Amino acid sequence: MAVSVVGLFIHNLIGYRVVAFMLLVTVSILAMFLDIVPVLTAAILSALIWDLFFIPPRFTLTVGTAEDRLLLLMYFIIAMINAVLTNKIRQIEKEAKAKDEKEKSVKFYTTLFNSLSHELRTPITTIIGSVDNLQTNSERLSEKDKADLLSEISVASFRLNQQVENLLNMSRLEAGVLSLKKDWCDINDLIYKTLQRLESNLQKYKLAVHVPENLPLFKLDFGLMEQVIYNLIINVTQHTPQDTLITIQADCIKDRLVMMIADNGYGFPEKEIDKAFDKFYRIKGSLPGGTGLGLSIVKGLVEAHSGSIKLENLPVRGSKFTIEILTEKSYVKPS
Amino acid sequence: MNNASVLIIDDESQIRRLLALTLHSNGYKIFEAATGKEGLTSVASHPPDLVLLDLGLPDENGHEVLRHLREWYTNPIIIISVQSGEEDIVRALDNGANDYLVKPFRTGELLARIRSALRKASSEPNVPTASFQDLTIDFVNRIVRKKNAIIKLTATEYSLLALFARNEGKVLTHQYLLNQVWGPSHENQSQYLRVFIAQLRKKVENNPNRPEHIITESGVGYRFIGKAIDE
Repeated sequence: MAVSVVGLFIHNLIGYRVVAFMLLVTVSILAMFLDIVPVLTAAILSALIWDLFFIPPRFTLTVGTAEDRLLLLMYFIIAMINAVLTNKIRQIEKEAKAKDEKEKSVKFYTTLFNSLSHELRTPITTIIGSVDNLQTNSERLSEKDKADLLSEISVASFRLNQQVENLLNMSRLEAGVLSLKKDWCDINDLIYKTLQRLESNLQKYKLAVHVPENLPLFKLDFGLMEQVIYNLIINVTQHTPQDTLITIQADCIKDRLVMMIADNGYGFPEKEIDKAFDKFYRIKGSLPGGTGLGLSIVKGLVEAHSGSIKLENLPVRGSKFTIEILTEKSYVKPS
Repeated sequence: MNNASVLIIDDESQIRRLLALTLHSNGYKIFEAATGKEGLTSVASHPPDLVLLDLGLPDENGHEVLRHLREWYTNPIIIISVQSGEEDIVRALDNGANDYLVKPFRTGELLARIRSALRKASSEPNVPTASFQDLTIDFVNRIVRKKNAIIKLTATEYSLLALFARNEGKVLTHQYLLNQVWGPSHENQSQYLRVFIAQLRKKVENNPNRPEHIITESGVGYRFIGKAIDE
């Protein structure tokens, strides 16, 4: 439309036939961005506009000369072909993109199922095998063998349970059905409660916890934040040697709750640090027992609190997770 | 506490068998019910000393069964819930359940909870003093001693501790504690509760960061432990 108005003013200078080309270019450009129906409409409309306003005698739909009649017909055909062709190209592009995405998601799910079937089947195999052994081979097993098999079953069951919990959490996050039950949290209690749950995992590690005495209460979902800290510390224990020092810090900086979990272990492969929170990402050569879900769940849970998490390597050695959450806080003093 | 009778209401036969085996070998008399309806009938015909109730029943919602039972049945009810059901747990506790277990649980934990609930049910409620390891509470004179030394508590801290002590081993929900100690108008002001719990721990616990008496039950409330769990 705007182009035809411009055309109206300048057609005396350039002649009405050039206006036709200007309109054609406009229709072609439109075809690159709009769907087939609006483009065809534009093509027809522009042909009519050209006829009505530019082809002499102007302001009528009649076309004076045979030459102009032919031109109008050709204009019309070119505009149509243009619109249809562009549309076709766009469709092919779209299909290629969809195919590409599908391939990507097939690849993603293949990784997922491989990882899952490994992580779920290993403990199940251990349980079935050990039980089978105890049932059919009982008289040939020493008391110590039996105790060992039972302890294998126990370890495998807990591992299985951990995996199932991770999967459930991931599904809840992805389905968007996770609802936060925010309440006032004593961060000190939160940290020590989680450490208590991790007692058996942390026996061979050194711990340092720094929580300022006057840290306010923050409104968070206690259970979910417990899961966050739990997963982060489990992650540290999976990738660092014994005797590693794990430092847990909490503070209130610029109204935000800032929590840091650092270790003095090997640090994170610098090239892959961006992938740490990706689903199913695992450092090459890491110990079995993880699904690569722990950190992506952490990120999901922190983001569900409208917070952020980052991972960085420390200058000397080790790495550090920093969580920042902006939420209500309270400095109630007991009276 | 041998020969106490326990009714297991759970639709999973495997869980029922496991619980029955465990409890039977520990001297309990077992009744089983696979549905809420069966459970209600069983309680009516032979009231057990304790009910283990699964919240996820197929016919009637476990909460409904709990509500029906609590209309007349006063013995302990321990609910069994699947993981991450905090809301369910709080609701059941507020509706009269005595305790909860989250699947999967260890046998030792199950036995400890049952023992604690039964002990509580049979204990004398009107004792003038109570002792919990190094802690002694004189309810008559409102005096608390730790390793024989009197510890100074504010009125609110004392009310909180006394409430815990009278409900030893039982999970008390945030709502319940706020309601009992601060009154119904403070039910939504859990910030007071957090601060007073921290304060109380500093006074009664040997290490407030590793509490032995006032235990946090994530997202649910607190549990007061008087004695070591497997005494």
